[in-house]
Amino acid sequence: MNTNQTQQSTGSSLAQTATSGIQQETFYYDNKSVKFFAYATLFWGLVGMTAGLWAAFSIAYPQVNLGWAPTTFGRMRPVHTNAVIFAFVGNAIFCGVYYSLQRLCKTRMWSDKLSKIHFWGWQALILLGALSLWGGFTQGKEYAELEWPFDIAITLLWLAFGANMLGTILKRRVSHLYVAIWFYIGTWVAVAMLHIVNSIAIPQSFLKSYSWYAGVQDALVQWWYGHNAVAFFLTTPFLGLMYYFVPKAANRPVYSYRWSIIHFWSLIFIYIWAGPHHLLYTALPEWAQGLGTAFSIMLIAPSWGGMLNGLLTLRGAWDRVREDAILKFMVVALTCYGMATFEGPMLSLKSVNAISHYTDWTIAHVHVGALGWNGFLAFAMLYWLMPRLFNTNLYSKKWANTHFWLGTLGIIFYVIPLYWAALTQSLMWKKFTPDGILQYQFMETVTTIQPMYVLRGVGGLLYISGLILMIVNIWKTVKQGKFVANEQSQASPLPKKYESHGKKEHWHGWIERRPVQLTVLSLIVVGIGGIAEMIPTFLVKSNIPTISSVQPYTPLELHGRNIYIREGCYVCHSQMIRPFRDEVARYGEYSKAGEFVYDHPFQWGSKRTGPDLARVGGKYPDSWHYNHMLDPTSMTSGSLMPSYPWLFTDRIDKMKTYDMIKVMKKLGVPYPAGYENNANKDLDKQAEKIKKSLEKDKIKVSKNEEIVALIAYLQRLGTDIKNEPKKESITD
Amino acid sequence: MKFINYLKDIHNVQIYPMFTLILFITVFILATILVFSKSRKTITEIKNLPLED
Repeated sequence: MNTNQTQQSTGSSLAQTATSGIQQETFYYDNKSVKFFAYATLFWGLVGMTAGLWAAFSIAYPQVNLGWAPTTFGRMRPVHTNAVIFAFVGNAIFCGVYYSLQRLCKTRMWSDKLSKIHFWGWQALILLGALSLWGGFTQGKEYAELEWPFDIAITLLWLAFGANMLGTILKRRVSHLYVAIWFYIGTWVAVAMLHIVNSIAIPQSFLKSYSWYAGVQDALVQWWYGHNAVAFFLTTPFLGLMYYFVPKAANRPVYSYRWSIIHFWSLIFIYIWAGPHHLLYTALPEWAQGLGTAFSIMLIAPSWGGMLNGLLTLRGAWDRVREDAILKFMVVALTCYGMATFEGPMLSLKSVNAISHYTDWTIAHVHVGALGWNGFLAFAMLYWLMPRLFNTNLYSKKWANTHFWLGTLGIIFYVIPLYWAALTQSLMWKKFTPDGILQYQFMETVTTIQPMYVLRGVGGLLYISGLILMIVNIWKTVKQGKFVANEQSQASPLPKKYESHGKKEHWHGWIERRPVQLTVLSLIVVGIGGIAEMIPTFLVKSNIPTISSVQPYTPLELHGRNIYIREGCYVCHSQMIRPFRDEVARYGEYSKAGEFVYDHPFQWGSKRTGPDLARVGGKYPDSWHYNHMLDPTSMTSGSLMPSYPWLFTDRIDKMKTYDMIKVMKKLGVPYPAGYENNANKDLDKQAEKIKKSLEKDKIKVSKNEEIVALIAYLQRLGTDIKNEPKKESITD
Repeated sequence: MKFINYLKDIHNVQIYPMFTLILFITVFILATILVFSKSRKTITEIKNLPLED
């Protein structure tokens, strides 16, 4: 290897030149990692969005589920969400960070080896994670479905990313840390904290674990994580990218750097508090719900401050927006960010949430942000960046403009039908006849909005068409250019002593040049909200009153619960009856916090594509559930639920009962001493009972079939606090 | 329902939300004051960093 090659591969500054008396160091930016992450963004974007499209059409047309486990909505939806969030958006973040960080720090990434480990590790994680989700290995917590070995791998890869990022910042040649870097640091700190706290679980086997938390506590932790996955994975890193790429594309500095500082600190402080707004009117203590609402409203200020700062950066460049597809994408991205961050707080108002929650409104809201803000900003960044990496021009500006309009129309066709569907369905759910009975059966509300689901699919199709056009455009751009793997640059070394412009060094000037201290301060700022919300809920007993009649699940019910989680039933069915007249009339008594103390994990859900199941136990005979799982339309005409034929052939894995009960006991579930040794006897007894009950309705079944366990679980739901509980007792 | 009514349901930990709200407002105001007391030259220098590739 010659000297030049050594310099390029290590990024070291062996050559020094004297220009105008200032010593300059020559170094090379690593564009290879940026290119790989860019390719991965496009690839996983296509995969993730195609999974989303599949899921969208499988809700509209249940036949699309194909009667095959991996292609059912319950498994496809987590694949879609994980792929678009952690694969598409994740790779876009890494692509943008690797590109901008090197240039803002005027240095190569700290370690090429870590860059490679990070890239290939992340792609392997995504691939294996997606396969595991298709296989039904899931923790059953939204956006945190991946099982414990993946959680450990995510932690290690995140550490590798963080080490590489902080190492790069520490060896920088620029005194100040530009605000984009703060957002990257804040993202890294917060995601690490959220992921570790939410992922604490006890493994039962290699790909099965149970959440450390139960019921209300699990719900609080999960939505603290879930909401902040939006905040710190979909928002703060993209704000960092916005603060770098919008000025680059507009060729003018950010409108107000002062705003950006306030934007950063207030956003990371407030965001972490807002999680409980996902749990309004649930069994979560009311004080926690109130906090979530209050902080969600406050969130408008920093969010809109950032959005306006981005849009105003384009002042004087609006004439270019007409021609330049990149700026068009950026304008719509920022506008969607503004819309989503206004709508979010509005949805956090209890009166609005009473209508919107469990409907498609949430899905529409999320997609304004995901398709508009994340998607469009990622597209803008790649259109800007790829020609520069390949030292050429974009192959077709016309195609980029066409992509913009396809994407914009896609968003419109996606969200408007869903807003319409949400309002229609929610109002139908709540409608009573003059005689005081519910006017509509749940199924009527589903068939009414089915056409809107088709339209949503059309919106998704338009959006993906735009992405495919972009992939071809980028491919052609790559073909016509010549890749610059190691881009040469020059800069003066960082002076050992900082020279302040003012008489005295400013406090913020001090912190923004010290990445380690900034990281620690960010951790404190984001940690305050989490600690203040969780500690009282965990430590103060009065927050979760116990109910003496609530008993642990039987072994058969636990197996059934695992099947319920495996098939992703929670993505379409809630288990949380809110204290509203219509919900109590439709589903039964409202849910109490004490009912969920043995639920590892909680299964409250967030959407009612199907009805709530919190009190479905004893509502129908066993044969109804049997037939319903085999062919939902045989029991409910017009049902959109897929059939689950494999539950009638696959066997309950009794070998796992021992470990299952052992883990539950470790988690504090009060099974009798040594119960794990006798659990299968109880399991057989209960299964035999269900078998006999089915035989009465002329259904022949083996007691070892999975459907028996699922029926046991469904028949248990909500029965503990009913007058005549229909449940099996656990033998001492 | 007024916000204060949510807070009264916390047993023995009433200080938490109040403390954090006050903390946030204090930090927000302090940050605003500090940020606007920074010299224009420094601000201009930093805001132009992305354009100096």
